[in-house]
Amino acid sequence: MKILVMVKRVSDPNVMIRVSADNSSVDLNNVKMAINPFCEIAVEEAVRLKEAGIATEVVALSIGGTQSQEQIRTALAMGADRGILIESEGPLESLTVAKLTQKIIEEEQPGLVILGKQSTDTDNSQTGQMLASLMGWAQGTFASKLEISGEKINLTREVDSGLQTLSLSMPAVVTCDLRLNEPRFASLPNIMKAKRKPLDVKAAGDLGVDLTPRIKTLMVETPNERQGGTVLGSVAELVEKLKTEKGVI
Amino acid sequence: MTILMIAEHDNKSLKEITLNAITAATQIGGDIDVLVVGENCGSAAEAAATISGIRRVRVADHACYNGQLAENVAALIQTLAGDYSHIMAPTTTSGKNILPRLAAALDTSYFSDIISVESADTFKRTIYAGNAIETVQTADSIKVMTVRGTAFELAAQDGNAPVEVVSEVTDLGLSSFVSEDLAVSERPELTSASIVISGGRGMQNGENFSILEKVADKLGAAVGASRAAVDAGFVPNDMQVGQTGKIVAPDLYIAVGISGAIQHLAGMKDSKVIVAINKDPDAPIFQVADYGLVADLFDAVPELEQAL
Repeated sequence: MKILVMVKRVSDPNVMIRVSADNSSVDLNNVKMAINPFCEIAVEEAVRLKEAGIATEVVALSIGGTQSQEQIRTALAMGADRGILIESEGPLESLTVAKLTQKIIEEEQPGLVILGKQSTDTDNSQTGQMLASLMGWAQGTFASKLEISGEKINLTREVDSGLQTLSLSMPAVVTCDLRLNEPRFASLPNIMKAKRKPLDVKAAGDLGVDLTPRIKTLMVETPNERQGGTVLGSVAELVEKLKTEKGVI
Repeated sequence: MTILMIAEHDNKSLKEITLNAITAATQIGGDIDVLVVGENCGSAAEAAATISGIRRVRVADHACYNGQLAENVAALIQTLAGDYSHIMAPTTTSGKNILPRLAAALDTSYFSDIISVESADTFKRTIYAGNAIETVQTADSIKVMTVRGTAFELAAQDGNAPVEVVSEVTDLGLSSFVSEDLAVSERPELTSASIVISGGRGMQNGENFSILEKVADKLGAAVGASRAAVDAGFVPNDMQVGQTGKIVAPDLYIAVGISGAIQHLAGMKDSKVIVAINKDPDAPIFQVADYGLVADLFDAVPELEQAL
């Protein structure tokens, strides 16, 4: 079975971003970029399935600018076999990303697609669900445990009230939550080896998908900043403040 | 405008967050129908019928909807979608699971976790862990979205809407429910509690959360946790507050042994009053806290409990 795993280039989630001066977007100039942390978990899971003899090949797909090749190389260094970049200069909407991915799936015929449950830039949590929908496949979102037996996946999901376990028919789309695994660090030899693994680049415009945006961003603004308050000397003082000044207890 | 709101419920009762989402729907305006999908969900449907200002409740009750399977529920909503201009759900793991699937099936845009309704086609939502807010607009004829509960007031429940049965059964057979392991707690729900006390890595282990629980019980508070505490296995995932966990905005949020990573702040910085207890005076959590105590939590928390 072939696994398609998706990786997205995002700003480093530990770096505080700034809104551009004209309020049109987030200013990503000179911001450190990284692989979306949930995508890293997706790659790790795919590679583990290959190591367990369940998957035969892991293909890493990214959709974005030329520089997204760096994130594909990260996936290759972690153990993916080859990469595909669908190159697009401007940002693409999730539904468009799902439609482009659908084209790759039709070509590659994977038995399983694994991706992160959300990206830490747009915070949408939608591409996996949309992709499963377009394919007419089962979906397992927010996965914290994945077991494959035969043509079925036993999948545990992190839900608001606890954990839910589903049985999914394959092929399927799985999106990863934080507790699915702990991604490995790529070793230096593997990083070197990854440079020689095949990476196929396709232009987004050549895949027969309408790339016209459907959502217009009218404004991007900075939320109201919270001001730090007072450091108090004692618990008694705290209780007093909460009772009398704020009236919250 | 005609709006379909997908109710969040556990078959027996309606979850309060549905009422927050209804307020967002009311701000869009027009007729509002509430859809209750589940198995043996009659009492949840009855509860939904009391929501003020709605036109009707539509209920689809079938074994194939057990566990809110995204494939079956999205397919069901798709059969009803032609009647509506907006299809909405509260932002929950269920809403986030089902509605993007529906949106793709309808070939329409989806807005995740809106925090404000600007007009019938324009909404605000947060990006980059709450560090920016975008105003977005679509001309798509059906608008699909999830609604952040803490951003909207609760709708009233003094109505008596008719309940109509949806007989359509959309069992795609792609997935099936196996089991669930639900958190059992007498305390209020994290997302709707007026006071939340959360622990982080500083708690050192799961047993130590009992000192937070004692404070919670005195205050009628919910207990939450940072990602670090969940990742370390101290407490289960359903307690996680943050960018990728639950978003809370209580009257009082007490952060104990939490350093205050960007991802955690995203989940709680809209709380009215924030208290931080941490022994590291440089912890970023103090930059957003109204009141800080630089103290060893194992001294300060029991003392707080005694003082209440």
